[in-house]
Amino acid sequence: MLKIEDLTKDFGGLRAVDHCSFEVPQNSIFGLIGPNGSGKTTIFNLITGFLKPDEGQVSFNGEVIVNLQPYQIIQRGIARTFQLVRIFRNMTVMENMLLAPKGQRGEKVSFALFNPPWARRQERENTKKALKLLTLFGLDRFRDEYAGNLGHAEQKLVELARALMTDPQLILLDEPTAGVDPSLIAKILSYIRKLRDEQGMTFLIVEHDMRVIMNLCERIVVLNYGRKIAEGTPEQVSNDPKVIDAYLGV
Amino acid sequence: MIFHLLVLITIYAILSISLNLAVGVTGLFNLGHAAFFGIGAYTSALLNMAGVPFWLALLAGVCMASLIAFLIGLPTLRLVGDYLAVATMGLGEIARAVFKNWISVTRGPMGLPGIPHASLFGFAFDSFAKFLALSAACLGIVYILAETLIRSPFGRVLKGIREDEIAVQALGKNSFWFKMWSLVISAGIAGLAGSLFAHYMGFIDPSSFGMWLTFFILLIIMLGGLGNNLGAVVGAVIFVVVREGLRFVGLPPAIAAPLQQLLFGVLLIVMTIFAPRGLIPERKAVTRYKVNAEDRGPD
Repeated sequence: MLKIEDLTKDFGGLRAVDHCSFEVPQNSIFGLIGPNGSGKTTIFNLITGFLKPDEGQVSFNGEVIVNLQPYQIIQRGIARTFQLVRIFRNMTVMENMLLAPKGQRGEKVSFALFNPPWARRQERENTKKALKLLTLFGLDRFRDEYAGNLGHAEQKLVELARALMTDPQLILLDEPTAGVDPSLIAKILSYIRKLRDEQGMTFLIVEHDMRVIMNLCERIVVLNYGRKIAEGTPEQVSNDPKVIDAYLGV
Repeated sequence: MIFHLLVLITIYAILSISLNLAVGVTGLFNLGHAAFFGIGAYTSALLNMAGVPFWLALLAGVCMASLIAFLIGLPTLRLVGDYLAVATMGLGEIARAVFKNWISVTRGPMGLPGIPHASLFGFAFDSFAKFLALSAACLGIVYILAETLIRSPFGRVLKGIREDEIAVQALGKNSFWFKMWSLVISAGIAGLAGSLFAHYMGFIDPSSFGMWLTFFILLIIMLGGLGNNLGAVVGAVIFVVVREGLRFVGLPPAIAAPLQQLLFGVLLIVMTIFAPRGLIPERKAVTRYKVNAEDRGPD
């Protein structure tokens, strides 16, 4: 579904991503791990167009997306969250959710001014959908609260729920469980599995918590200094001497 | 006299609402706003003096301000934050330099005297009270227009851009065109205010459209509450009353003008410390559709 070929990115003299290739199959939960500074977030930014690679290709459903703008890539069915949450702090949780859906008629100035019934109907449908998601994530009681007033863990959930409002086929999650308390982590992981099983979504996850990765992902790519050093199932990877040397330690 | 104050209030309020859309709602730190006011004023005045009917001249003023905003937006809206502020500040100065030096058209520093009264279908708005009716009607229309936009999904995206433009892009929105719309509409409304100003005063010169005007309008919307149109109107009322009120105190002009600026400076400092969100902060957009139990869905 998502294919990365020979991807390379330099920041000045530093090679952040070095000839990296892997393929994320449809309907999988795919892990991307590596020590700090190994290029994981850079790969996310390259996939979503926030950075342009120096070499290599990214293709999604067979289409090369590497030259597209971020908004064009997202419109093709990819969603992402950020390592440091990016929510609209001075807007309510519901506004955060309603901003996300694609193809909103009321985003055109003419429809915004005259607000025809078909634009209103769409807004109502989106509100319903948002409520369902917020209820699923236990956030419905915060819906008219400013998102900036929520705790860090709730903000991460808002960001994830908001990403789901775009109806993505593929979701890139950058450390979805960092700073989230353990009881909530279990909940997030079960949502991810559920979305994969019931709605056929595909996940690409960057994560530092090895337990999360080992228990959630079917396939893992390990990066070190921007280079892919291993790929395989959690068992294969955790027994790979190169991985143990670079990452798992001792 | 009271009608004169009220007319000034309506013109400043329209101008404040327009800047509020760009700065307060979208977060575009536009420091060249006075230029759009001036472009509207000069375009409308010159056309009307050349025999074009008032309503058409006014419309042309609006369109010209929007068109210039579009051309300015093409390169500058790719800039963010402080860079946008510096670029728009420069453009504001360029506009003023053009008004001042394009003497064959604008008569430069001598200004344009004898701008005809506003008139619609043979009815001339030739007294303070009549003109107030016109400018108040314009304020009403602009207010409703701005409110409708801000509360719409379009306005929601503008607010999102103010909060975090990267997150907006990560939701698949082309933030550039949203910013462009915001700037173009904001400039068009400023052009409308400029046209009203020119036909009300009957005389304009480049000194009316300097940097100080942009800063005063910024002060008004920060005072009233960024992102809130009612705040912009209330800010305009306070601004005009304080400024014009000082003239009645009977201070010599050499003291009155600096004192006025000092007062606004102090006001701004006090506001940012004690009420950083302004007198009437941005309204919270609560969920509009009634929530039924079944909408929460199973699970």
